[in-house]
Amino acid sequence: MKALKRFYVGLIFVFMYSPIVLLFIQSFNQSKSRGHWGGFTLQWYAQLLDDESILEALRNSILLAVLSAAIAVVLGTAACVAMQKMKAKNRAVVMGITNIPMLNADIVTGVALMLLFLTIRIERGFGTVLLAHITFNIPYVILNVMPRFRELNPHIYEAALDLGATPVYAFFKTVLPEIMPGVGSGALMAFTMSLDDFIITHFTTGSGTQTLSTKIYSEVKMGIKPEIYALSSVIFVTVLVLLILVNRVQYRLDRQRLEAE
Amino acid sequence: MSKTSKHTAMLGLPYYAWAIVFIIVPLFMVVYYGLTDKTGAFTLANIMAIAHPAHSKALWTSLVLSLESTAVCLLLAYPLCMILARSGKSSNSFLVLFLIVPMWMNFLLRTYAWQSILEKTGIINTFLTALHLPTQHLINTKGGIILGMVYDFLPFMILPIYNALAKIDKNVIHAAHDLGANDLQTFLRIILPLSMPGVISGITMVFIPGMTTFVISSLLGGGKILLIGNVIEQEFTLAYDWNMGSGLSLVLLVFIIINIVIQMLTDKDGEGVM
Repeated sequence: MKALKRFYVGLIFVFMYSPIVLLFIQSFNQSKSRGHWGGFTLQWYAQLLDDESILEALRNSILLAVLSAAIAVVLGTAACVAMQKMKAKNRAVVMGITNIPMLNADIVTGVALMLLFLTIRIERGFGTVLLAHITFNIPYVILNVMPRFRELNPHIYEAALDLGATPVYAFFKTVLPEIMPGVGSGALMAFTMSLDDFIITHFTTGSGTQTLSTKIYSEVKMGIKPEIYALSSVIFVTVLVLLILVNRVQYRLDRQRLEAE
Repeated sequence: MSKTSKHTAMLGLPYYAWAIVFIIVPLFMVVYYGLTDKTGAFTLANIMAIAHPAHSKALWTSLVLSLESTAVCLLLAYPLCMILARSGKSSNSFLVLFLIVPMWMNFLLRTYAWQSILEKTGIINTFLTALHLPTQHLINTKGGIILGMVYDFLPFMILPIYNALAKIDKNVIHAAHDLGANDLQTFLRIILPLSMPGVISGITMVFIPGMTTFVISSLLGGGKILLIGNVIEQEFTLAYDWNMGSGLSLVLLVFIIINIVIQMLTDKDGEGVM
């Protein structure tokens, strides 16, 4: 029974990760056609550095992911703080609206934002895509941060105020450290969603601004350049390594803190 | 209200303004364009356009394929979540990470990679040939699209079900056993009912992206199978008929709103969709 369970979990794992392994292998494949193994090569990685249009799309994607996640974290966390003092009924309304971008279909969200930008005659490009990404990222931040407040002891904040701390100082010293795990996972999710988004970007971008997603979509019909496989593998490994490093550092800091206590 | 709590309340203002301008107003734009013609006069023609045979066929195909892939997702996810939730070792954050990590490889590329697994000379057929079995026609079929949907949306089914199962108090299960229930009875009368909110949440999270996608059908359907998402996308980016596109989007919105109502009725603790 236990072996069967392991096998099943393994099967789902293979299902989720086999396309990724395949793309990874593809990035070292000398042959341009996907079905054939033409020998090992690093040439796609080398050519990547000379391909200005791919690098441009990469810059846009990363800038969008970082900026939209950062702005969403600030707006979303501030909203969570404000909602703690709100009447339950009003809070339910705000949370209901917050759920809309998550429950709505991406195509409708994209089309709706596109119509907004067309109507108020903002030229579509990097700016409009950024606004769109912030919009669908804020809910991820709020839904990650809100539960942290439920576990928060409000008396610690009040105690800090009684001991003479300013509200801002007390917030940064007593509240923020407690909600930080939620802020962190919200930021990570927002970054990931922005990096992975295609549909909403497709409708809110103009002809001048390409992200990796829109570039890949425009290339699908003619066959994707192997350089894209190389780049995606680099991104994948980079984010993975960064996350492992952050976790390691976090783990060490936690241990040091525990030992100090 | 004290002065500091007034200041605290104001921290929410930027987000509320943002939500009105970028969440509420755009939805009204869709309603406005959907209910008017090019001159701005009121019309229902854009919505009635769903009755056009090509459109209603696309809508029907989307409904069926999405329902089928939702069912497959549920059948795959539930046993997985049972195993993970009861093993006790794996934590929620590990599972979330396991499901998020694939997203760092671009979604279009991951779906596109299935082409090389499914196509005529792809991995599966190469394997079958090596075993002297007949090759299968897998790509550009409805089955291919369903596979793509299941692959892309399975995480949305896994997370809510896992969360619901992990929340079940172990003592309730022990109590059922102590009172003489066997494993099947415990499952049917205790575990399954208690996990229903997660199941319904999962279904609503998978059904809508599946029903409204245009990417998966154009990547794995070879452009031969049109979903309602493809029709709407073409109205906006090829035909430039925003009114028609909005009208058809309103039809989708009906399904989405039904979905949200179901979600809200089952999510009584207001914990949101995650």
